[in-house]
Amino acid sequence: MKNTLFLFLFLFLFSPLYIQANVIEVGASKPVQSIKKAIAIAKVDDTILVHNGLYKEGNIVIDKKIVFIGKDFPILDGQKKYEVLSIKADSVIVEGLKIINSGYGTLEDPCGIKVYNRKNIVIQNNILENNFFGIYIQNGKNCIVKENKIRAYGKQEQLIGNGIHCWKSDSLQISANTISGHRDGIYFEFVTNSVIWRNISIMNVRYGLHFMFSNDDAYISNIFKNNGAGVAVMFTKRVKMFNNFFEENWGDSAYGLLLKEISDSYIIGNKFDKNTTGIHMEGTSRILVEKNGFKANGWGMKIQASCMDNEIKNNNFIGNTFDIATNGNLVLNTFNSNYWDKYEGYDLDKNGIGDVPFHPLSLFAVITENNPSAMLLFRSFMITLLDKSEKILPSITPDNFIDKTPLMHSLTL
Amino acid sequence: MYRIIKIIFFDILKNKIVLAYTLILALLSWSSFGLEDNAAKGLLTILNVILFTVPLVSILFATIYLYNSSEFIELLLSQPIKRKKIWLSLFIGLSLSMVLAFFIGAGIPLLINAPGIVGIMMIIVGCLISVIFVSLAFLSSILTRDKAKGIGIAIMNWLYFALLFDGMVLFLLYQLSDYPIEKAMVAVTALSPIDLARIQILLHLDVSAMLGYTGAIFKDFFGTTTGLIMSFLFLCFWFFFPFYISLNKFKSKDL
Repeated sequence: MKNTLFLFLFLFLFSPLYIQANVIEVGASKPVQSIKKAIAIAKVDDTILVHNGLYKEGNIVIDKKIVFIGKDFPILDGQKKYEVLSIKADSVIVEGLKIINSGYGTLEDPCGIKVYNRKNIVIQNNILENNFFGIYIQNGKNCIVKENKIRAYGKQEQLIGNGIHCWKSDSLQISANTISGHRDGIYFEFVTNSVIWRNISIMNVRYGLHFMFSNDDAYISNIFKNNGAGVAVMFTKRVKMFNNFFEENWGDSAYGLLLKEISDSYIIGNKFDKNTTGIHMEGTSRILVEKNGFKANGWGMKIQASCMDNEIKNNNFIGNTFDIATNGNLVLNTFNSNYWDKYEGYDLDKNGIGDVPFHPLSLFAVITENNPSAMLLFRSFMITLLDKSEKILPSITPDNFIDKTPLMHSLTL
Repeated sequence: MYRIIKIIFFDILKNKIVLAYTLILALLSWSSFGLEDNAAKGLLTILNVILFTVPLVSILFATIYLYNSSEFIELLLSQPIKRKKIWLSLFIGLSLSMVLAFFIGAGIPLLINAPGIVGIMMIIVGCLISVIFVSLAFLSSILTRDKAKGIGIAIMNWLYFALLFDGMVLFLLYQLSDYPIEKAMVAVTALSPIDLARIQILLHLDVSAMLGYTGAIFKDFFGTTTGLIMSFLFLCFWFFFPFYISLNKFKSKDL
């Protein structure tokens, strides 16, 4: 016991001698005026504190373990020619910088901040503006990207990169970032065991979140709004999507959430508001869609016939033009205990569950799926008549496409 | 002319049927907003009223009224008044009463329960539809002297625009589904005032869906200012043209 106490005391008193971490200040009125020079003279575990100012130093490479902090957001300008900050050492911390104008290139993707095959990197509280790619994590591990504000002004898909681009990485935490105007807000490819949490991704040219071949990830409480094509999650297993907001993703091929070849996943507690299509499912299997709110969408869910064993239960479908659409007669998914505002049944025993099953698939949804121009006739009296008779005697719509226990009242989600 | 309009207008009011129509519209609108928990569903009910009831009542009532007032018209003709003036006054009097009935019956609940662009659009479109079908009634009643025949033509007109036309469009859509017909379809809608009205309201009511697929084409056309002006011009054309034909016929008709 005594020994341990001595040991602690010893460590406490003498540790500064051994862990000699200097602070190198960079600024116009400081001894070191150039960031590159500061990095050159820094030793491992030093801190470089960059003061407010404009730094046009081309490509800055951090090749040793340092803490790189900006005070009052110094501006690092890539002058539209260079990659601004390249991180080529483990455990680097980058904080408080304003990084603007990275170069443009299709071969080597110049970025605002790029991590090359490293681990334990922390990138937080930076402002990135008008870069080709914002933050790029290439083959990283245990990295944290937190509270950055990333903005670009892309007009065309080809001319702009992604906000946060992660490739072949593991155990990343992407949280509380705000991204707008990039191609994809957040892009994940071959990224595993990672979490995307509380980000706001709006008005990006293509997807708010683009997700491919990334197993065992979760994204929670993000807001994806007004993106060119919504959110796409493809070729992935075991992904968890909780409490996200998908809003106002409007357009011909825009989806609140596009699922393609997804399996064993969970979509719980999300809100889909005012999208052209809330969820579009293609080749997905064994997914649980539970406690989501679908409100004022053109199509609540489009479930292609290639989907199977998905369970859709306890969701609210309110004010959608079409609740469900599909492109075939095969029904391999189950719908249970959802609330449909189009349900017209009754509840004699007052147990909150409608006594007659509900057919969520309307005739007109089938007609427009086969013949999109028919949208022209929507809500015409003729079509309403046809729809009503189809509800009573299904002939075109598959008769096993039903919710046997539709709820009488909407769920509070 | 003003005095003739006044006489006709008050004559219609005395008739009580228009009052009943107003009441029924009001009852429908208030109950549809009151019974449903969301305003969107109430809007849908009123949409159906606009597309179905309003045209029917407008065209039938106006046709029958015209036939019944043939003696009154003859009396007016014996006075030194231009034929054009008489016919126009009749049209304005009838249109005014139908529009007023629609506005009081459905317009006020719309303004109260669904203020905003959709509600206002519905009121404008509903008023236009009223006038258009009054105008069609003028055409039907001038075509023949036989009352039964005239009313028959009016009913056929209504059936055609409310039901048959959409059926035919659906048929055409299926027959021509292999061709890129989206743009042509936009033109086809101009052939029916009810369709024009419906699409204008849909663009506001189901905006999310109208942005998908071909909906986007309609949105690109009807949703823009040019499209909006175009479709309103078409609607105006629909009440002007039948009336214009009937006016020409009336001018030279041997009564």
